[in-house]
Amino acid sequence: MRIRPADAVPAVRPDPGLVGRAPSEARAAFRASLSVGLGFVPLGLAFGALVVQSGLGWWWAGLSAVVAFGGSFEFLLIGLVVAVAPLASVAVAALMVNLRHVFYALSFPLHRVEGRLGKAYSTFALCDEAYALASTEQARSWPGPRVLWMQCYLHLYWAGSAVAGALLGSLIPEGVTGLDFALTALFTVLALDALRELRGDLPVPLLAALSALVARVLFPGEMLLVAFALFTSLLMARRLMTTGRPSRA
Amino acid sequence: MPDTEYAVAAVLVTAAVTWALRALPFAALAPLRASSTVRYLSTRMPAGVMIILVVYCLPDLPMTEARTVAPLAALTVTVGLHLWRRNALLSILGGTAVHVLLTSALLT
Repeated sequence: MRIRPADAVPAVRPDPGLVGRAPSEARAAFRASLSVGLGFVPLGLAFGALVVQSGLGWWWAGLSAVVAFGGSFEFLLIGLVVAVAPLASVAVAALMVNLRHVFYALSFPLHRVEGRLGKAYSTFALCDEAYALASTEQARSWPGPRVLWMQCYLHLYWAGSAVAGALLGSLIPEGVTGLDFALTALFTVLALDALRELRGDLPVPLLAALSALVARVLFPGEMLLVAFALFTSLLMARRLMTTGRPSRA
Repeated sequence: MPDTEYAVAAVLVTAAVTWALRALPFAALAPLRASSTVRYLSTRMPAGVMIILVVYCLPDLPMTEARTVAPLAALTVTVGLHLWRRNALLSILGGTAVHVLLTSALLT
């Protein structure tokens, strides 16, 4: 990481005012969004291509990417829509797959985002990757506008690559498969970065892996929901044990 | 084939549910932010959540089949590249390239 002091502490310099600050926040957010954002591109292309291959119009890929903006569930939604699943089933499936977002409210820095509209957009565009980027150690010093810009870029990458994938979908050779691994690779990279910030707190990844495996074996249909609930409970239990104070009155 | 109205409605339903799940907990959990337990959870949850998502993404393949090699090899390459270079884009592209190559060329 080579950050020149001038870049790292812009607040120390005489502030040219909001007019000068906004573009620099946008630029800083752009740099921060690149790693995750470019991981979005192969995924978005794959999503768009899959939409067209499934017989839906290219515009639907764009609509879903802009309005629903929930990567992993959007892949699932293609199958539900093609099967003309009842809207109630779509709602329940979306609830199950996206329930993990409930946990993001615990640590996402929404309090730094200003204004009703800003907060509304920030919660709307709170995808897994936006949460992961905003909860890194470096991001703890990010002002609100940078968080918003970062989310905006991720949204753009996703929508842009989904539409591009839908329009170019027919160009992908028939035998090419396995592009979907991009999603796994993305989460793997984010997990490794988050692990490094735990600084050797080994029980945390072990508890997470245990929760994931138990949920996957016992509740394959609701794996994410069960795994997140189990992991949170185990963390709470560990916290109670390590602080060592029985809460009995 | 689904009609246009239904396809749009499905996206809108998804968006409504997803946004509610993303926005409402901030109101519900706001009073808890100051608690030390919540701070403890919030510093440890990102790593755990990502690990769970990785396990969720891995396909359900029996260990005895040759196809299982593809995601495992791709995962190894992703982790190896990332520990080596710490370049997210390189790790993602490298791992995905290995997976595409194995699944579409070698293990069909």
